[in-house]
Amino acid sequence: MKPIFMTYTKKDLINLAVCMVLSVLIIPTFIKTEYWYTSILIPWLCLALATIGQQIVMGYTGQLALGAAGFMAAGAFAMFNLILRVPDLGFVGSLIVSGLIAAAFGILFGLPSLKVRGIYLMVATLASQFFIIWMIDKFGWFKNYDSSGIITAQDIVILGKPFTTPLAMYFVCLAVTTILTLLAMNMARGSTGRNWMAVRDMDIAAESMGVSLLRTKVQAFAISAFYCGVAGALFAFCYLKSLEPVAFDIKLSFKILFMCILGGLGTINGAFIGAAFILLFPVLLNAIGNNVFHGAIDATIISSIEQVIFGLLMIIFMIYEPLGMAKLWENLKQSIRSKLSSSGIKGIKSPVLKK
Amino acid sequence: MAYERKFKIGKPILEVNNISLAFGGVKAITDTSFNVLEHEVRAIIGPNGAGKSSMLNCINGIYKPQQGTVSFRGQVVPNITPNIMAQMGLSRTFQNLALFKRMSVLDNILVGRKLHTKTNFLEVALQLPKVKKEEKLNRERSEEIISFLEIEDIKDTPVGKLPYGLQKKVELGRALATDSSIILLDEPMAGMNVEEKRDMCRFILKVNDELGTTMVLIEHDMGVVMDISDRVVVLDYGKVIGDGTPDEIMANQKVIDAYLGVEH
Repeated sequence: MKPIFMTYTKKDLINLAVCMVLSVLIIPTFIKTEYWYTSILIPWLCLALATIGQQIVMGYTGQLALGAAGFMAAGAFAMFNLILRVPDLGFVGSLIVSGLIAAAFGILFGLPSLKVRGIYLMVATLASQFFIIWMIDKFGWFKNYDSSGIITAQDIVILGKPFTTPLAMYFVCLAVTTILTLLAMNMARGSTGRNWMAVRDMDIAAESMGVSLLRTKVQAFAISAFYCGVAGALFAFCYLKSLEPVAFDIKLSFKILFMCILGGLGTINGAFIGAAFILLFPVLLNAIGNNVFHGAIDATIISSIEQVIFGLLMIIFMIYEPLGMAKLWENLKQSIRSKLSSSGIKGIKSPVLKK
Repeated sequence: MAYERKFKIGKPILEVNNISLAFGGVKAITDTSFNVLEHEVRAIIGPNGAGKSSMLNCINGIYKPQQGTVSFRGQVVPNITPNIMAQMGLSRTFQNLALFKRMSVLDNILVGRKLHTKTNFLEVALQLPKVKKEEKLNRERSEEIISFLEIEDIKDTPVGKLPYGLQKKVELGRALATDSSIILLDEPMAGMNVEEKRDMCRFILKVNDELGTTMVLIEHDMGVVMDISDRVVVLDYGKVIGDGTPDEIMANQKVIDAYLGVEH
């Protein structure tokens, strides 16, 4: 399919239109309970954005990195300090600069990827996770010498208008996530993404074609950290509404890693699917616990079951469908399409090789 | 040769000077020198383990020889890396296929256009007009190569799903996409049947003839080597034992001994 606008095909534009109608018109009209915005939609958008960051470095460039939450913390605390100390920047300006600060950390902690790979790189990138959190804890300046340990996030003000209701914050997250997702798609489908994937699939050959491993890997880490940083700032300001380093612990990094893998490595839509699954699955389990078993199962057991199922799913996906849920979704569409085409509907290309 | 060549064989484009390479105590290449002239088809042959692939890896900068230098267009290249050689106009294929398996044929070939892509990631993210223009040119060139290699009908297939012979073709395509002045082919016809080999020979000669690209190839099929190459260098135990035209090589007693064995 030929792209119509930028790198987007007709199908992409239709999907985008459907998503926009759904998220801008239908959801705000029909969902009135705050719970949905504050506990589901806002964290979903923030975490999906962070997962796109993880996708760029892991799914596209093939660098096993673990420490997305560290970059999120960098972004969140950068945001807090920028709004506090450089109020002239405004919310959007601060958000971009926070992303850039996180990207600087990304470059720093991406450098080991030149020497180590695989599981060893994963251990090396864990340093970012612990270093950033330690730094924020250690130096009071980052928390504006607040002794309580939890700082309340400033209100979001864009062009003089406050965005404090859950719905308004949802729109802020939606706008930022949509723009950054579209930009990520452009990169992934353009020459930038090809360089990433070339490094992922066969680095020696990529280098022999003139792709610089240093530049490509460091660039991927920087862009990834930028996405995580922006996501972290939104996560703190729209979802948590407070800033504490503990919120960005290693568990969050793992969560983002799971979202990335379950969603499907090397896919952008997989980030959204994976994030939705990991967020909604516990909600679903709780609902089952409450409604089917009427609270007979203890909440702690339910959360243990949740961990067990995530673990199982990770193993199953790694073995049977490394491309994750995004691929399952594609397969489903493909099988529906081939059923339709066998019943005589034209215009559907067969995926079978001719030669 | 009977026909008139469009690109006359010229001066040395690539010179290998006294290269020695050892892995620990094992000597892969010992004090080897030869040259490659511009626009020629140069074959490197030799029994298994003679150091042919190691030689290409030294030229391309993947291995760092302990001794010796590689000159490109008369200039010694200091600190050779695959990237620097690519920028100087040297491309290559690999013995055991080094394609980007999860990417489509077209995308693989487009990666070959890397050095003709000047836009940065920010411009790509925003899809500025110059990005679109550049992408269009690169795509056109890649499509040209795809139709030249007669692989149009598989251009959107992930390379990992293709049979071996086609993958070899894609790898040649990727090397061609760089528009390099010299291409190193590491066993481009290994594992192919007679028909595929004939095709590959045709492509190699056509590229050499039409674009004037200098070709250096490692090949085991003697018939093929003697047919298509202008000059042949023979390696055995990491040393040059013969260097000359196919006819000279076939008459060389040392080469015959290396291939057929000799009574001691």
